Amino acid sequence: MFPLLLLLCLPPALAAVDCNTEYKNGYQVRLSIKTALGDQAYDWNESEMFLFRATIAFAMRKFNKTEAYEVSNIVVCNQTPRVSFWFIVTSPEDPAQAISKNIVEQAVRESRNRINNAFLLTDKSLEFLGIPPTLAAPIIPATPPWLIVFGVVIGAVCAGIVALLVTSFVKRRREKKAKVVPEEEDQAKGTDKAVTGETFEDRNGVYNLGFADDDRFTQL
Amino acid sequence: MAESAGEKPADERPKWDNKVQYMLTCIGFAVGLGNVWRFPYLCQIYGGGAFLIPYLIALVFEGLPLLYLELAIGQRLRLGSIGVWNSISPYLGGVGMASMIVSFLVGVYYNTILAWVLWYLFHSFQNPLPWSECPVNDDRTGYVQECVDSTPVNYFWYRQTLNVTANIETSGSLQWWLVLCLATAWCIVYICFIKGIETIGKAVYVTATFPYLVLTIFIVRALTLPGATDGILYLFTPEWEILMKPQVWLDAATQIFFSLSLAFGGLIAFSSYNPQKNDCERDAVIVGCINSATSIYASIPIFAILGFKATSNYNSCLESNILSLTNSFDVGDQNITIENYNSWLDSLNRTDSVSVARLNLTKCNLQTFLDQSASGTGLAFIVFTEAVISMPGSQVWAVLFFIMLFSLGLSSMFGNLEGVLAPLRDLKVVPKWMPPQLFTAFIALLSFLVGLVFTMGSGNYWLEIFNNYVGSVSLLIIAFFELVGVIGFRGIRQFGDDIEFMTGRRPNLFWKACWLVISPLLLLVVFLAYIVVQVQTTPTYPAWNPDYVDFPQTEVQPYPTWVFVICVLLVAIPVAPIPIVALYKCISNLFRTTETDVQNRPSNPYCNEGFDKDT
Repeated sequence: MFPLLLLLCLPPALAAVDCNTEYKNGYQVRLSIKTALGDQAYDWNESEMFLFRATIAFAMRKFNKTEAYEVSNIVVCNQTPRVSFWFIVTSPEDPAQAISKNIVEQAVRESRNRINNAFLLTDKSLEFLGIPPTLAAPIIPATPPWLIVFGVVIGAVCAGIVALLVTSFVKRRREKKAKVVPEEEDQAKGTDKAVTGETFEDRNGVYNLGFADDDRFTQL
Repeated sequence: MAESAGEKPADERPKWDNKVQYMLTCIGFAVGLGNVWRFPYLCQIYGGGAFLIPYLIALVFEGLPLLYLELAIGQRLRLGSIGVWNSISPYLGGVGMASMIVSFLVGVYYNTILAWVLWYLFHSFQNPLPWSECPVNDDRTGYVQECVDSTPVNYFWYRQTLNVTANIETSGSLQWWLVLCLATAWCIVYICFIKGIETIGKAVYVTATFPYLVLTIFIVRALTLPGATDGILYLFTPEWEILMKPQVWLDAATQIFFSLSLAFGGLIAFSSYNPQKNDCERDAVIVGCINSATSIYASIPIFAILGFKATSNYNSCLESNILSLTNSFDVGDQNITIENYNSWLDSLNRTDSVSVARLNLTKCNLQTFLDQSASGTGLAFIVFTEAVISMPGSQVWAVLFFIMLFSLGLSSMFGNLEGVLAPLRDLKVVPKWMPPQLFTAFIALLSFLVGLVFTMGSGNYWLEIFNNYVGSVSLLIIAFFELVGVIGFRGIRQFGDDIEFMTGRRPNLFWKACWLVISPLLLLVVFLAYIVVQVQTTPTYPAWNPDYVDFPQTEVQPYPTWVFVICVLLVAIPVAPIPIVALYKCISNLFRTTETDVQNRPSNPYCNEGFDKDT
């Protein structure tokens, strides 16, 4: 690991940028492979690092369509077992000059999805510290789903109410024609009288109130 | 279930199709939201298993006697609450009116809770659940600030559901979505009430039994969750010392009283539709015991799930600490796990304690998470919804949970509304031309319009006020006068005769001792203790204020004076009819001492019905 570190920190033949001193133009990257993939986690080795540099070069090419970035333009240093490291992008024309932070940020943002997918990771497990992930556009359905459920429930309930009211109204009209109109007991017996319930009539046929034993106290 | 035709006026009173409907309706009325979200909370803060002792004592000496009394008197006199108390003595007519007013006020705010349950139910059919993540703000740069500061669950409850204002003085406007949900809730209540107990009797087959099914499913599911056993052990581990505190006994007595839905008049109305020869003693004991058993049964899945939530939170706390350590010390990914966290922390502290201190790691303690208790709407809409997110298949559990809450509340609403409708019918306030369906619709509409108060921005604060003041002291007073009315005015001997007529045996010594001495004494003590406690604490309320310094903690604010006046009115207005009617009857009797009172029943409690005027 240590020789690798040294190797990576050694300036390539043409470039003269020292990653360690160019922090202001570099970004720290942090990967959490085991957290994201669990059993299917791969080891982080030199080939993976090469892939990373290649994807960043691709992102820079995509963003800046005129320049032809190479893998060697991506300089990496300070690798740790966490798997985190710093990288700097150098200009293809002048390897001594680092590309400014903003441009790198925009390039990474544009191709973030491709970079993530290359490593089977997500925005959370492949972090670019300082480049916040673009939040996914909220999916706004045409009608909020709760209104649909509400519509179904209220429709069913209202239909039920109407049905019950209509049936009881029809039944009452039919019974009114059939039964004898009871003569009204005009004595207010106060609260002694029982409740007139439609249901009782419905269940027990016609109830002729002409002979009702509901007068506890006959009039003197 | 034959009717004794000769003894009583042949009545057109509706009756239950069968005994099962009646029992299920009474059980449904008694078993309500409080069994699920109040009792487990009390159990938790009052030393777990030890709380069962004062609870069961209160059930036996206070709950069951009062329940038996209400069912017996309603069944014997076959009238709603106003009619019953007028029959016993015209001076007591106010008790019935008080019951009716309390039932109306409670029905108004209770249905708002059901509206909230419906709102959550409608939102449970989405993936992902809307309270699991923060919404993105307008320019898509981040999440809504209020949500980030608190939690997505809190944000969904306080902002997207209630749209709560910062304090009770700011009323805000009517939230149209809550109005829709409230209208739906009232429509559902109305459709069950359309044909009176005919439709209620059918509805309770579902609403009274479905919660038990869901609770069983939840028990099975919850016990397989990690951390469930921690929660249940925490719930049931008794702390015997806590029984020394008088607050425990007071809360046990009030809990059993409100849990059984006594003094609402609904139970009297329901039992008045029974045939006279029905064993109401057995009914009372069954209803009371099933109610308490349901409370205990419900606390098992609640606490299993709360234990699961505490464990999840504890693990998340550890995970975030692990992430901080991993990132700052560049340790390999997943080298620090929950199991070896402590050893890693020790070794890192030994080598580089300064950096570790700089990380400001939160101390993760499972006990602290278990201690986070909640009751009421906080339990259902914040704590439980958060737990449901972490369970696989969240939508199913959310839907089941909210349908269970809805049916628990709906069957209680039946009792509330019946406590309003039955006395009004008996008072013959309904004009003859109005069919009963229309009258029920009118009452439902009136309740809906009054309930719109709770759909405003400050609605939640008002609901808390109603909950604390309407459904508490007034009921204690009414229940006390019920006892006094039956034992004092009707007489224990006459009442014993009634019961012998209905059940075939006289009430035994235990019931008589309770009615005459123990229950009134207990009620008086509970009432006085309640007053004392209320007077000592200045009434305050927790307000959700995003501009508060310590946000997301709720800001504790005192009630303004005009609100406090309303609180006092809410206690006074329901119980005011009791003295007013008694005084009115007194005065009108004084002016009518010469006239023989043909129309009123003899108010003489010594009236021996052997000498009736019709012989």
